[in-house]
Amino acid sequence: MDLVLIMAAGIGVGTILLFAAVGEILAERSGVLNLGVEGMMLLGAVAGYATAVSTGNAWLGVLMAMLAGGLLSLLHAIVTITFRADQVVSGLALTFLGTGLASVLGEGLSKSGAISLLPAFSIPGLSLIPVLGPVAFTDQSIMVYVGYVLVPATWLWINHTRPGLNLRSVGEEPAAADALGVNVAATRYRYTIAGGVLAGLAGATITLAVQPGWFGALTVNGRGWIAVGLVIFAQWSPFRAAAGAYLFGAVVQLTLAMQLPPTLLGLPNPFYEYHPNTFFLEMLPYALVLLALVLGSREAMRKRIGAPAALGIPYIRGERGR
Amino acid sequence: MTALQMRLPVSFRLEPRLTAPRWLSPALTAGALVVALVISGVFLAIVGADPIRVYQHILVSSFGDIGVLSDTLVKATPLILTGLACSLAFRMRLWNIGAEGQLLMGAWGASAVVLFPLVPAGSPAIVVLPAMLVGGFLGGALWGLIPGALRARFGVNEIIATLMLNSIAFAWIQYWVFGPWTEGGFQMTRKFPPEAWLPRLSDLEAVVPAFRGLTVHAGFLIAIAAAVVVWFIVERSAWGYEIRLTGDNPRAARYAGIRIGRNVLLVFAVSGGIAGIAGMTEVAGVVHRLQDNFSPGYGYTAIIVAYLAKFKPLRVIPVAILFGGLILAGREIQPSGVPAMIQGTILFCLIASEVFLRYKVAIVRRATRVASAKAG
Repeated sequence: MDLVLIMAAGIGVGTILLFAAVGEILAERSGVLNLGVEGMMLLGAVAGYATAVSTGNAWLGVLMAMLAGGLLSLLHAIVTITFRADQVVSGLALTFLGTGLASVLGEGLSKSGAISLLPAFSIPGLSLIPVLGPVAFTDQSIMVYVGYVLVPATWLWINHTRPGLNLRSVGEEPAAADALGVNVAATRYRYTIAGGVLAGLAGATITLAVQPGWFGALTVNGRGWIAVGLVIFAQWSPFRAAAGAYLFGAVVQLTLAMQLPPTLLGLPNPFYEYHPNTFFLEMLPYALVLLALVLGSREAMRKRIGAPAALGIPYIRGERGR
Repeated sequence: MTALQMRLPVSFRLEPRLTAPRWLSPALTAGALVVALVISGVFLAIVGADPIRVYQHILVSSFGDIGVLSDTLVKATPLILTGLACSLAFRMRLWNIGAEGQLLMGAWGASAVVLFPLVPAGSPAIVVLPAMLVGGFLGGALWGLIPGALRARFGVNEIIATLMLNSIAFAWIQYWVFGPWTEGGFQMTRKFPPEAWLPRLSDLEAVVPAFRGLTVHAGFLIAIAAAVVVWFIVERSAWGYEIRLTGDNPRAARYAGIRIGRNVLLVFAVSGGIAGIAGMTEVAGVVHRLQDNFSPGYGYTAIIVAYLAKFKPLRVIPVAILFGGLILAGREIQPSGVPAMIQGTILFCLIASEVFLRYKVAIVRRATRVASAKAG
């Protein structure tokens, strides 16, 4: 097992989670919980893949994926912000709708054909750094590098710009934000849609870059939900979300690599000797999310930081929240 | 949205309703269903299917004659049970999305009774079947206790926890059907002995010839009985009152001295146990063995069933039968994503329609609004 290769692949897989999680952070920071990430990712995945197959242009695919994710999240925004419906149920409905719609649209798409993928390349100079170079800057998809830029950019936007301040105020104290002249509904619409666009991008990152091909609902395979869990673990911070996403990606790649060699650390490999044991490896990432949730929740309790105060509560001027 | 409003000559304002007429809620539900079918129809037409024929096909192949109706009731059985499991938890605003995993663990628990075996091999059905029922309930209840404990002890979000546990439960089932319990390396166990089969209506063929070929099994009766029990718990018992109060107003419940943490655990255990019974009725009533993919996502459809039934246990029964028909007919519909798409659209229209239950929509002429803005 080559740990450098595993970590490098882990960053690729982690980038998928990273886009989805950063998108969800934006939505939740504005006070809108969107549990439909899985559906938006799947719709983005199929929209991106189908567009790339029919036009031969992967970038058009990325654009369509972001559009598809954004449109689906618009539905969530209308139902929860304008119609003030329950955000949990609307998010679940979004997952059903996105999954169903994606399977209907993806029917008949070839499993994996010769399609043009997004480019992968090494960064001159940076790729020469020992360990970090081969792990993070060698032969990575362009999406990985987009991720490197997106995380600090989002952090700056949320914490050090005027619109970011408005975003936080809408998520924490909408009545005060409203009194100061911030348009609460418009802000929430904007960031909910931004979240959808990024979830769509995450979907395209699967089908057009990291794990090319269309495999029905298995294309995303629950990673939208993992991204939602990651946001809680990350305590709504983009940097922590990135760390969690890359770590998670590396663990997934490690569990895959552990099934191959006949011996592990000089002992007979139980996953090689008896194939059903590999199902315990498959459980590991999900168990890890549970563990991360427990750790994240405990830390949040101790430090008294938590979810945006208005998360999940519709804002109605002149009415007190539920 | 705001841009759209600006161009319209009128704008809409939502005014809270203090009371809603009795007919409004059922009318809105019916209206939402119609709108959902129309929207789904448009989607179907876009992807090149004939919506009328698809709907006709769904109706005929799920409710067309007594034979398919019996098959529909077979599909409805696990939906009633998992729908009850969701209704109970949702009533306390505990988002148990884990009915699917609890169903799987219940199926495992019921199978363990036969395959380990936990009751001596060759015991009569009167011993085996109740033992399987207990095994199913315990399997689901233990699996439900995990997110319950995480939520009560650490404040862990139960939605994510239950979803992760669904995936873990699926891998657990796969381990057993590919590993220790496998029959020749295929993803299934050996067939259970007939003592472990729930009786079917067709078993009475010798007495009533009309029952020939009817697959509906005793699990349906178990499901109906469970609905009555859950109804009694929620609507008539003191514990049910605590559940409802905590769901409607957690702060008031805390001031009233209700031990919320304990109730989180109990509700999760009972909810998981009921979903676990669905796993038992599937392995004992339908497949007669444990397989890795015997559930087409009953536990997820259950969320919509519970919502459509407004978390009312007795209403779960007719709603589950409706969705049982959709699942039965959906198996033959191409493209295969159509049932999920219709389900998602129905749920969306339902929650969107609820705004009209809570608010009156007032249409305000733009001119008057501008005037009043000037006056103010």
